[in-house]
Amino acid sequence: MVDVQEKTYCRVRDLGLIAYERAQDDQKRHVDDVLAGGPQTILLCEHPAVITLGRLSDERHILFSQKYLEERGVPVHCVDRGGDVTLHAPGQLVVYPILRLAERGKDLHAYLRGLEQVAIDLLARFDIVADRFSGKTGVWIGPQKVASIGIGVRRWVSYHGLAINVNTELGLFDLIKPCGLAVSMTSVARHKKGNIDMGRVKQEFVDCFNRRFCFDV
Amino acid sequence: MFKIVAPELGEGIEKATVACWHKSVGERVSSEDDIAELVTDKATFNVPAGVSGTVKKICVAPGREIRIGDTLAVVEKSHD
Repeated sequence: MVDVQEKTYCRVRDLGLIAYERAQDDQKRHVDDVLAGGPQTILLCEHPAVITLGRLSDERHILFSQKYLEERGVPVHCVDRGGDVTLHAPGQLVVYPILRLAERGKDLHAYLRGLEQVAIDLLARFDIVADRFSGKTGVWIGPQKVASIGIGVRRWVSYHGLAINVNTELGLFDLIKPCGLAVSMTSVARHKKGNIDMGRVKQEFVDCFNRRFCFDV
Repeated sequence: MFKIVAPELGEGIEKATVACWHKSVGERVSSEDDIAELVTDKATFNVPAGVSGTVKKICVAPGREIRIGDTLAVVEKSHD
């Protein structure tokens, strides 16, 4: 999908387990850096449990009261990305690619399909067959969703990105109607019948990402 | 006067919704300032002013759907 003349280096930053707000500050700094001509970057991280609402979210897709969520220690944030409600939690790989989409044809749909393909490629490395679901953004294993995507773009530089359930505690998704869909969520761990080493997942993700987006590997 | 139109966002994207305005009527903008945020189903897109001047008219209220190419705002160009 990518038509770039020359391969370039993509900077990779692993933020580890990081509070959602702190990661957003980091992301904003990197977006400013890329806008100023710095190297394109992907941020990898996990977040403590948090619910986020995209720009046109329906708050009714959060299925419990604010008070209950506070008691569970799950804060809610409204964020400047597309998409509806989603949930992040430890064990979920969250990736924020900060790319110059002007160098890639200025096509939001092509970029979204590219992100989906990276997740599909990644899961194939764990012998899991995943696919798109016609008319819906994201990545699915059979009828269950394993990866969610929502992006923002400023001056054709991307931010926000995708979240792949690796070892996520799936019961947390009962707090929301993910992406506003009547869908059940799944994880890599569920399909492999055991937790997966997140370090290896990150390594494989970066390789899949670099290949798909034509960065040096 | 300079019309700011909803830019092409990619193949198959014909419509978007105005999520919010970053500038108001009467406010000065520079060409690289984001003036509005559009949202499609899975993406937000900040529309740059593309020109320096003063916002004279905002044509679409937040929450309203627009088609690609529609005029979003009118800016009076500055001569400095």
